[in-house]
Amino acid sequence: MSRELIVHRAGPAVTVQDGGRPGWIAFGLSRGGAMDRLALAEGAALLGQGETAALEMGGVGGRFEAGCDLRIALTGGAMRASIDGAPVVWNAAHSLPKGAVLEIGPVQSGAYGYLSLGGGLEPEELLGARSAHLTAGLGRAVAAGDRLPVGADRGGPVARKLAVDDRFSGGALRVVESLQTRLFPEEQRRRLGETTFTRDSRANRMGVKLVPDGAPFGVDGGLSVVSEIITPGDIQMTGDGAPFVLMAECQTTGGYPRLATVIPADLPRVAQAPAGAELRFSFVSMDEALAAESAYRAALRDLPRRIEPLVRDPADVADLLSHKLVSGFSNGDYHDH
Amino acid sequence: MTDDLALMASYPLLRTAGIDGMLVSFGDKLSEPANRAALAFRAALESDPPEGVEEISSSLVSAYLRFDPLALSHAALESKLRGLMASRDWLQADLPHGRRLHRIPTVYGGTLAPQLAEAAAEAGMSAADAVTSLSTARVRVTALGFAPGQPYLGELPETWNIPRQQGLTPRVPKGALVLAIRQFVIFSVTAPTGWRHVGQTAAPLFRMGAERPFLLAPGDEVEFPQVSEEVFARMQNDPEGGASWEDLP
Repeated sequence: MSRELIVHRAGPAVTVQDGGRPGWIAFGLSRGGAMDRLALAEGAALLGQGETAALEMGGVGGRFEAGCDLRIALTGGAMRASIDGAPVVWNAAHSLPKGAVLEIGPVQSGAYGYLSLGGGLEPEELLGARSAHLTAGLGRAVAAGDRLPVGADRGGPVARKLAVDDRFSGGALRVVESLQTRLFPEEQRRRLGETTFTRDSRANRMGVKLVPDGAPFGVDGGLSVVSEIITPGDIQMTGDGAPFVLMAECQTTGGYPRLATVIPADLPRVAQAPAGAELRFSFVSMDEALAAESAYRAALRDLPRRIEPLVRDPADVADLLSHKLVSGFSNGDYHDH
Repeated sequence: MTDDLALMASYPLLRTAGIDGMLVSFGDKLSEPANRAALAFRAALESDPPEGVEEISSSLVSAYLRFDPLALSHAALESKLRGLMASRDWLQADLPHGRRLHRIPTVYGGTLAPQLAEAAAEAGMSAADAVTSLSTARVRVTALGFAPGQPYLGELPETWNIPRQQGLTPRVPKGALVLAIRQFVIFSVTAPTGWRHVGQTAAPLFRMGAERPFLLAPGDEVEFPQVSEEVFARMQNDPEGGASWEDLP
């Protein structure tokens, strides 16, 4: 039996994403991969597996059917979700038996929801990764009628949840100096930390536009800067003085000056800021940024230890009597096969 | 005002890019020596990559390294890079080995490349002289970017220092050879552009599954010999689009 997830309906920004495709910058191909890398790691932890490719859902999910018995995890920006009509908890792992229908509606907080599968999604690898990079013409958006291959699942528990900190409503972002920070007047560098920015409705996998609550930013005199490497997180100033934070599918080089760079640990917060959310920046030293990176990686490693059983309130369980309430001392579900 | 530091920067210049990148730049604008220096510096790094470095690339005037800053400290990498920067005059360096010379057959002018005459007029020469000049020029891939596999190629003779056009051409086809400010770009996808469409090529710049998926690499050299529309029509059935290459010494 082929393991697959059947797509009956998909929102306009549903793609397969993984950790991206590093190593092609010299050829003009940016790394790409999930906008919220933390959500991928959370999905992997909930399913008790290493990081795999998952479904990234921008704004709205879709209607999916299990082509075989599957385990799923729902992470990232919370979306209204149900299995065969019964609501299911976000930031949790569930079983999706063969034939069950998973309905994922619009995002309720944040911007991108993630559906991870036990065994991971396994569409064809392109240049060493399974993620779609639509800006580069690699892969394509997921659409109704697709049957997405799912890898072998070594099994593991479901009905587990993970408490996550809020990164879905904007907030504070730490930045380091970029290549071109010193091309900007000192006044603007100071003002970056004093300005509140609102996430514009213009945002996609290439970049997120922010609108400052005060004066615009920019380098005087139409300074022409030679095209240089772009790093995800770069805060690029375009003609109208409103910055873009460049994201997973940014171009590899660019000529617009960049005022600062958001540190990787805070990029999930940029990705998940919904339109209208307020964001603020503060410069940190490289030492502080590296300490934050170290803490971020430690938190990723710690995710599996933070998984908790998903206990349903018996009052919410309509069919309580049909459940097997007591089973053997160990039913095997909690063994790592 | 801007920092004196930035305006008076001396090259080579080392800067960080994010928390996990360092950039060594050899100029503040594109020039042949700065591009050659970037290519040579990149090749030197690739021949002996420091432990902890994850990616090395070059762009117009810079070499870039991405590294794991928790495995390789900024101080250690900076020290190594400064040592390499000071080890020689990189603007005098030879181009690295392992480069290719590509010949990409091109139709100039006509309906396939409608702005040749306009570009020739900007450069102050006849259309025939323009074709001779462009079809015999040998240019270098100075960088790939904007779209995957899409090359910037330079520099053309000084006479081709023509500006971008005022308006945008809404759509040039894949394979369009466009020109401005002494450079060519070949479009790898259909796109709008302010550069003038002087030639049309059929060589795929990206082929999925190929051993070398991108046809061109930074530092490669390219010529665009002229072919007729009849020959071009036949080349479209060729998986290489009529292109050929040889190793450069």
